[in-house]
Amino acid sequence: MGGVHPHDSKFARERAIEELPLPQTVYVSMAQHLGAPAKPVVAVGDSVKVGQVIAEPGGFISAFVHSPASGTVKGIAPRKDLAGNPVMHIEIAVEGDEWDPAIDRTPDLVTAIPEDKAAILDRIKACGVVGLGGATFPAHVKLNPAPGKVAECLILNGAECEPFLTSDYRIMIERPKEIVVGAAIMQKVLGGCKCVIGIEENKPEAIAAMSAAVSELGYAGMTVQPLKKRYPQGGEKQLIDAVMRRQVKSGGLPIDVGAVVQNVGTSLAVYEAVQKNKPLITNVLTITGNEMPADRQHNYLFRIGVPLSYIAEYAGGVPDNAAKLVSGGPMMGKAIANLDAATVKGSSSILYLTDAFTRRKAESSCIRCGKCADACPMGLEPFLLNRLYKAADLDALEQNAAQDCIECGCCLYSCPAYIPLLDNIRQAKGQVMGVIRARAAAAKAAAEAAKK
Amino acid sequence: MTQTIIWTVAILSVLGLLLALILFWVARKFKVEEDPRIDEVEKVMPGANCGGCGFAGCRAFADAAVKAPNLDNQYCPVGGDEVMQKVASILGFTVAAKAPQVAVVRCNGSCANRPRVNEYDGVRSCRVKAALYSGDTGCSYGCLGCGDCAAACQFGALSMDPQTGLPVVDEQKCTACGACVKACPKHIIELRNKGPRGMREFVSCVNKDKGPVARKACAAACIGCALCQKTCQHGAITVTDNVAYIDFTKCKLCRECEAVCPTGAIHGVNFPKELDKEAVKKRIADRKAKAAEAAKAAEAPGLARNDAPKQAAAAPAAEPETKKKEVANG
Repeated sequence: MGGVHPHDSKFARERAIEELPLPQTVYVSMAQHLGAPAKPVVAVGDSVKVGQVIAEPGGFISAFVHSPASGTVKGIAPRKDLAGNPVMHIEIAVEGDEWDPAIDRTPDLVTAIPEDKAAILDRIKACGVVGLGGATFPAHVKLNPAPGKVAECLILNGAECEPFLTSDYRIMIERPKEIVVGAAIMQKVLGGCKCVIGIEENKPEAIAAMSAAVSELGYAGMTVQPLKKRYPQGGEKQLIDAVMRRQVKSGGLPIDVGAVVQNVGTSLAVYEAVQKNKPLITNVLTITGNEMPADRQHNYLFRIGVPLSYIAEYAGGVPDNAAKLVSGGPMMGKAIANLDAATVKGSSSILYLTDAFTRRKAESSCIRCGKCADACPMGLEPFLLNRLYKAADLDALEQNAAQDCIECGCCLYSCPAYIPLLDNIRQAKGQVMGVIRARAAAAKAAAEAAKK
Repeated sequence: MTQTIIWTVAILSVLGLLLALILFWVARKFKVEEDPRIDEVEKVMPGANCGGCGFAGCRAFADAAVKAPNLDNQYCPVGGDEVMQKVASILGFTVAAKAPQVAVVRCNGSCANRPRVNEYDGVRSCRVKAALYSGDTGCSYGCLGCGDCAAACQFGALSMDPQTGLPVVDEQKCTACGACVKACPKHIIELRNKGPRGMREFVSCVNKDKGPVARKACAAACIGCALCQKTCQHGAITVTDNVAYIDFTKCKLCRECEAVCPTGAIHGVNFPKELDKEAVKKRIADRKAKAAEAAKAAEAPGLARNDAPKQAAAAPAAEPETKKKEVANG
């Protein structure tokens, strides 16, 4: 259902992954994942090694954070994130590159999967693995479904439907075997369900590489499925629909229809965590733009906590024609208000977009063409939600499922009147979610009171 | 022809009469008994239906007032004391006088004071902008300048100044209903006591960043230096999270804080005379010198103790309050 077809603009697809050297200082954010921020467990003046735990989970939905560099902790203080809001960071002055000896740094492929599920989950949790598809949801929570819920299918998300981004593509080309082993580990944890690796058909090389790896390693019940190219094919609910032909109900979770979706990057992180004992301290990031010379586009393997400005500088500085810098894809990514911000686990790109490409056009009146409703992959009516938001009608917004919006931006992309539909619906969604949460909390309190 | 007209008029008249009788009977039969005082109270209300009192409108306020055991939890900010006295006299309650309030914008990050570091190209709405990022200046606490507050004001009391990019409150029109306070996602607008003849002092900044960071982002930022706190003789100023706050119930409008503030973050409004900073500073210095002397005199017999002179020397800068006591004692 729905979707739009922006030009895929994957200009950096042929650029092999390069390892980015370390700067003199790294800043590790405590809010790199969905859920409660992590709590620092080191103090100023402590010396740390690469891969050492520096912060522990701050709640059930939270994750460990490890040091991406060896050196001395210089400070634990709020620092501005890429949106300019203060977030607690641990500042580490880099000295050398001494790794935790427990980490296996050899390039050998380890295919033997541990038997004990609980031990695997513990390892994934201890290594701070989070979903790298964008939402950075802690992986160990997702891989441990609530009692009574059975996972029938693990969907590995290699769609990478956002234009410009090529980091997932590159790891599928360069490290397919590791990804497949990671997927097999997750299959095991989920009780031996089948696994489908979904890849958009505009990446035939990735499909070939992953298929070859799957057949070579021969894990049971694993297939590669080419998917139609459209945005947002890689959305969790869209992917489940495309692969399993099942729809997740409003307010439901993928596990309700027997699906668990993980990104290929997460699979690689799971492999490294379980087989190599390497925590999530690196990720791949694309530097590209809509009018960038080919030799200035890169895919970098970066250490988490490296400032974005350092990466930009290393890659030759911000181009003069760049009017807007975006972290993440052009559809769902966030504009970078502060280039000094540190990278986080989920950082996937720095996009340089030119003024003509990115500037919003003047808004005009809705002509009721219905393009937004056609484009919405969740089957919502964005024009109606926009009107209800302006009328502040929360009940009607909830009835019309504003809370189901996945903020993909298809409505805004398709609107010929340039109405800021997404901006308003995102606000509406927040308000409706607030109402729903308050209601759930009140119901819970009432149930507890009744018990007593 | 004439006959048709006569018949028409007759039939319609009879029909009208019949329906009127039915309506009359229904109205009598199903009459809802309502406390007549609700109408009376509603009559004296301003009728703005702004919701500033916390009720859905003036009638809802009147209804609640009539049912309530007293008027302690109800206040009409638009009507103020005058209306509350009338309401109280209708209902036979007494209400204590409450000082009239006014909305105060606690940000002076004008285009000149606070340079823009990026350009915002999204929807002109503070709420949307705040959800996206910290704003187009280096200050992540200040006014976003999209005018949600002005749009929320039903009384036309708020307007955006195109020169400064900040909202301006028209004190004559402001009713302190609090709609702007709720609309501002950055919690910059505060309701403060209007003060005698409208004179009041306030810190026009809410930036919680450390001094240098705040100062770099905005020339008029409160840097949390606490000079005002040390100077204030009335204990009205507190500095928490690197930003000062003046308690309007304690402030005596001496304007000393305004004179010592290094960044001009403290604003005094509606004062008849312009602040002569030098004169006020001199007054403070004189007072301090006197206090120091008095302290020395008081401590003189204790000079035998080694640490006594040090204490006296350190005192003027750090503890004006203790000195004051000593002056009183001496």
